[in-house]
Amino acid sequence: MDLGALFGNFNNFLDFTVGGLVIGAIYALVALGYTMVYGVLQLINFAHSEVFMYGTFAVAWTFVLLHGTGDASWSLGRAVPILLVALVAAMLMSAAIALLVERFAYRPLINKNAPKLIALISAIGASFALAEAMGLRDRFAKWFGLDDNLANYVAPNKARDVYSNPVSIQPHGLFHIGGYSVTDVDLVVVVAALVMMFALDIFVRRTKFGRGIRAVAQDPEAAALMGVNSTRVVQVTFLVGGLMAGAAATLYMMKIGSTRQNAGFLLGVKAFTAAVMGGIGNLRGALLGGLLLGVMENWGSAVFGSEWKDVVAFVLLVLILLVRPSGLLGEALGKARA
Amino acid sequence: MLLEVDGLCVNYGHIEAIRDISFGVEEGTVTSLIGANGAGKSTTLKTISGLRKVRAGTITFDGKDITHARPFERVLMGISQSPEGRGCFPGMTVLENLDMGAFVRKDRKSAAYRSDLDRVFDLFPRLKERERQAAGSMSGGEQQMLAIGRALMAKPRLLLLDEPSMGLAPKLIQQIFTIVTEINQQGTTVLLVEQNAAQALKRSDNAHILETGEIVRSGTGHELAGDDSVKAAYLGGDL
Ligand SMILES: Nc1ncnc2c1ncn2[C@@H]1O[C@H](COP(=O)(O)OP(=O)(O)OP(=O)(O)O)[C@@H](O)[C@H]1O
Ligand SMILES: [Mg+2]
Repeated sequence: MDLGALFGNFNNFLDFTVGGLVIGAIYALVALGYTMVYGVLQLINFAHSEVFMYGTFAVAWTFVLLHGTGDASWSLGRAVPILLVALVAAMLMSAAIALLVERFAYRPLINKNAPKLIALISAIGASFALAEAMGLRDRFAKWFGLDDNLANYVAPNKARDVYSNPVSIQPHGLFHIGGYSVTDVDLVVVVAALVMMFALDIFVRRTKFGRGIRAVAQDPEAAALMGVNSTRVVQVTFLVGGLMAGAAATLYMMKIGSTRQNAGFLLGVKAFTAAVMGGIGNLRGALLGGLLLGVMENWGSAVFGSEWKDVVAFVLLVLILLVRPSGLLGEALGKARA
Repeated sequence: MLLEVDGLCVNYGHIEAIRDISFGVEEGTVTSLIGANGAGKSTTLKTISGLRKVRAGTITFDGKDITHARPFERVLMGISQSPEGRGCFPGMTVLENLDMGAFVRKDRKSAAYRSDLDRVFDLFPRLKERERQAAGSMSGGEQQMLAIGRALMAKPRLLLLDEPSMGLAPKLIQQIFTIVTEINQQGTTVLLVEQNAAQALKRSDNAHILETGEIVRSGTGHELAGDDSVKAAYLGGDL
């Protein structure tokens, strides 16, 4: 343990803190998906990690299609046109997966009034099925008759290996906060995440459809009596969670640059943790939880060594929940008020 | 008939909550359902709103079969309910709750909407005072007023009221019944469920008595209020 590494020097302290906020912004975007679905259905959508993971592949494939497989290292500015296409592709891909999960893993159970536990198991099943299917994409490529060349684009060597984006984006330092050099990539990650969250917040609080979502979250039967189409509300909830996860996937690929069929798992667990920490069901809680988790991880690795980072983060979760069982900002999408 | 219920059966698992009931509600009237606790009154209203599945029988509204329509479709057609136990949205303010009542209306920016809101505030000045308070932090009686006001904001053709007087002070109960008569005179058809049988019958054109899921007596409000066996069973010391 080396507290000095974190607190001994203010520049180092800022370095770890700002770095944590950047990755925390990505956690927060994914956390929104957990929190929206939980807020409306009191259900933990374990398949949301795969919704994110499919988005990361959509980004990589967009680069393969538009650029080719030759490895390249670009500045952010040069990558922007393809990144914008990738953003749309990832959002569409993640939204589509989220809607599929809703349609086939949840709706039949909800219609039968199945206990929440059953829906949870169904979600875990959907999660594994989706992850493993991605791990078999080399077979799918063959079944669909992609020629060797193209199949290799989709699943280089072995489908279960790490899949790197052909274009790695070279971050460019803009200014320093303490010891942390804030890069253009960092700035885009944080600003994009905040803009998405702000837009979602407006949607839920200020639009008629958003009021319908809040009504279902607070009392589904009463909402039905007001004329809210609850099936549509649930669909849109999954859709919005998917769009946010797709955006997160794009930012993740900008920052990290590679993915795998199980890339969603750890990130999903962390995003879920962030959601719970902030108060699951609470949109602003997801933001707070995500940023906090990112920062805590970095502090933990500074003090204890990077191999301890996840231990620290999750011990922190337990501690926070012991003190505030409903999370930092409290539960419930509907009850959260401006 | 604005509403026709024909041979309706509703189950909760193996429990038969409603067994083969049939009745109609004439446009422009007040109809009451009277019965002991557990007789199936709330289940009947919930089924009319589409919250409970029909095992057998049909429900017709304005000539259209709505037996299997989704709840929101029925609201769009003009059926609104103030549910038992109020069902206010606890995290929304009074104003937001009333606005939820008007969820299906397209004229929410209009003067008509504004005047409907004013009417609710005239009926319940208390709600006006509490406009910006979260519904969850209001008293039981205040929430009851809110639930009724919210149902009115939908401007329904058929208003289902499940025990509107529940939890209200005696003076307010009187007021609630006056309001029921008033909104009926303004053209809304009302189907009323009440424990307060004497009051309900006095103001009803027609009434039906439910016992363990079946209709055992039907008649005009006046007839049933004067009937000795009804008096003995439901009106008690009320008269
Ligand atoms: N969700 C439910 N699950 C199982 N049984 C139910 C459920 N809701 C109601 N019941 C049963 O159905 C029957 C009718 O209930 P209902 O609520 O319609 O009665 P009610 O006439 O409205 O009574 P009250 O005057 O007490 O409100 C009762 O026997 C009740 O126990
Ligand atoms: Mg009842």
